[in-house]
Amino acid sequence: MSPTTGAPSRVEIKKTYKLYIGGKFPRSESGRSYEVYAGGASSGAFLANAAQGSRKDARDAVVAARKAFPAWAGATAYNRGQVLYRVAEVMEGRRAQFVAEVRASEGVSERQAEAVVGQAIDRWVWYAGWSDKYAQVLGGLNPVAGPYFDISAPEPTGVVAVLAPQASSLLGLVSVLAPVVVSGNTAVVLSSELRPLPAITLSEALATSDVPGGVVNIVTGRTGEVAPWLASHRDVNAIDLAGAAGAEGVVWGDLEAAAAENLKRVVRPAGTGPEAVEPDWTATPDLSRLTAFLETKTVWHPKGR
Amino acid sequence: MPTFEYAPAPESRAVVNLKPSYGLFIGGEFTESEGGSAFKSISPASEEVLAEVTEASSADVDRAVAAARRAFTGAWGRMSGVDRGKYLFRIARILQERAREFAVLESLDNGKPIRESRDVDVPLAAAHFFYHAGWADKLEYASLGSNPRAIGVVGQVIPWNFPLLMLAWKIAPALAAGNTVVLKPAETTPLSALLFAEVCQQADLPAGVVNIVTGAGATGQAIVDHPGIDKLAFTGSTAVGKMIARSIAGTRKKATLELGGKAANIIFDDAPIDQAVEGIVNGIFFNQGHVCCAGSRLLVQESIAEEVEARLKRRLGTLRVGDPLDKNTDVGAINSKAQLERITELTAAGEAEGATRWSPECELPSKGFWFRPTVFTGVSQGHRIAQEEIFGPVLSVLTFRTPHEAVAKANNTPYGLSAGVWTEKGSRILWMADQLRAGVVWANTFNKFDPTSPFGGYKESGYGREGGRHGLEAYVTTGDSK
Repeated sequence: MSPTTGAPSRVEIKKTYKLYIGGKFPRSESGRSYEVYAGGASSGAFLANAAQGSRKDARDAVVAARKAFPAWAGATAYNRGQVLYRVAEVMEGRRAQFVAEVRASEGVSERQAEAVVGQAIDRWVWYAGWSDKYAQVLGGLNPVAGPYFDISAPEPTGVVAVLAPQASSLLGLVSVLAPVVVSGNTAVVLSSELRPLPAITLSEALATSDVPGGVVNIVTGRTGEVAPWLASHRDVNAIDLAGAAGAEGVVWGDLEAAAAENLKRVVRPAGTGPEAVEPDWTATPDLSRLTAFLETKTVWHPKGR
Repeated sequence: MPTFEYAPAPESRAVVNLKPSYGLFIGGEFTESEGGSAFKSISPASEEVLAEVTEASSADVDRAVAAARRAFTGAWGRMSGVDRGKYLFRIARILQERAREFAVLESLDNGKPIRESRDVDVPLAAAHFFYHAGWADKLEYASLGSNPRAIGVVGQVIPWNFPLLMLAWKIAPALAAGNTVVLKPAETTPLSALLFAEVCQQADLPAGVVNIVTGAGATGQAIVDHPGIDKLAFTGSTAVGKMIARSIAGTRKKATLELGGKAANIIFDDAPIDQAVEGIVNGIFFNQGHVCCAGSRLLVQESIAEEVEARLKRRLGTLRVGDPLDKNTDVGAINSKAQLERITELTAAGEAEGATRWSPECELPSKGFWFRPTVFTGVSQGHRIAQEEIFGPVLSVLTFRTPHEAVAKANNTPYGLSAGVWTEKGSRILWMADQLRAGVVWANTFNKFDPTSPFGGYKESGYGREGGRHGLEAYVTTGDSK
């Protein structure tokens, strides 16, 4: 120890940011990584090397999501609600880390970052509460003109690809992810390209909060490179194009056209005409993002003695 | 046992007054085409020409969209929900009053048995208008979101299998929500839509609220591509549905697509077999099998396969194929030469791939387009007749041993429109209903439809629902006004 200074500051352990696929944290199979800077701008300070996910990583993620689908869709609504609530609990415990990462990624003040993280946690709680309610709100008995019991109920669509918002790296991500998984869909998320760190930290929260492996898969990397493979993937049932807004080299209409190949359900980015804008994620959500990834099933049975 | 022959029991055609030629119904009146040509609508049962109709040009589509827009920004858009509803009630009543006329015309133009057009198509079409009339002033109670209101001008393209009924499925919810429409009936079955235009006139529906443009694929494409269209609703093939989805990619047009199917009709060994056989017949031979939700893949539990097959064949021997206007006819004419060729091609492929083909002995009329009810046994999942939609009176029979195997086979298709389950075991019905990836599951019944009951598919059978509160959703926008 040096006699002239106090105790030396501890050398920090830095985190390796990896992908989240099938409940595991692999590096990109491509071996690539890319530099992430504060504020999402290369003029900012270096934050970390993130894994640069590839087509193969996206496909692996789809396989994991498909494998996880039957059990997650078949889980009880009460169970899914508790799992989503658990995510909020675990995030709350890691609040400081999320605040620091949102602050660094989005270049916002400490106060703003705290507000955003609080809202992101609360959003999980909001959707958790919906898990065992939307089926009653959206479904019900159909009073058909005949001696039949006829009932309609919503079911999850299947594997949903999600282009996470580019600017709102955590609140935006949770706002598009929670409504997908609450109903039993499984998700392949392409994180914000320039602000991927909160997404990976979120995946660590997911991995430790009873969300079964494969239900949420997160790929970091270049949106323009990976998104077309998800849009055209034949085993993906739906795609949310929110993250097309502000993504370099992404024309959302091209992704929608590719999605037509197997008639994916498509949620277009906000905006008018061909432009895509990122909405204000602090606004209170409605049910539209949840219903976009539901299928209505109607079952008939005769009545008789 | 003596066999009693049926005497002919033809429904009179006198109730139908066809004009020699029809223009386009735009802005409340029949108008001549601008640069379009004409084509003939024939009776598929006799190949007789019924009338000449207009093939609308893109200029005609332009006029129709403009008329619809004027109505939307004008009288219709400003009208209260209560009054909109009254027009829909009027239309429902007029359809009931003219039911026989519509039924005969539908059977003439489409080839379907009068028993079906009279007892299914037309009454259900009227019921759709009556049901949706009541929604017009109650949108805010439908849990569709805040501030529910019309989207605008809706383009609708419908198929030839249920011409009037598909028109009702499209127009009734669109109008109830306050939209205006440009509708194109199928090129082989345009006549009931043109008669419906007269109903709109009798109901004093404001000009431009409903516009009917006849034509083929190019006319449909002109509607899909028109920048003045806010929403599209299409019923038809999955191939065309994908084209539409591509066409509107990158625009803000909304769409609902009700597409093809390859439904499994699953018979367990504890099913009431006679009822199940009736369900199988209704599932695939109703409307000559020209039904997107037809039970075209029969999955029978192995232990009863022989018995079901024998009883099915015996039942098919009693089906009466022939004159659609005969009240005793069970199976009518194939809708068009093109469709007959497609059915012929696919059934030939079934034989070539090794399945065993069987049809009952029955005489077919010498003119028109006809196909004997056909059953293929020994079908495996890879066969084209087990994968592709035939859209004809052709049943493929496969077998299974366990419920899991039945589910796996039933779901082994890119489609997901409907499915049937026959078993006396209640818990198995509910388990099966959960497992089947299909929008409609009929348990111990098949091919039942109702205006209150949402209909539509999973996967490549399309998206959106028609009927019920869910169907209304497709014609409503919510949230803050822009």
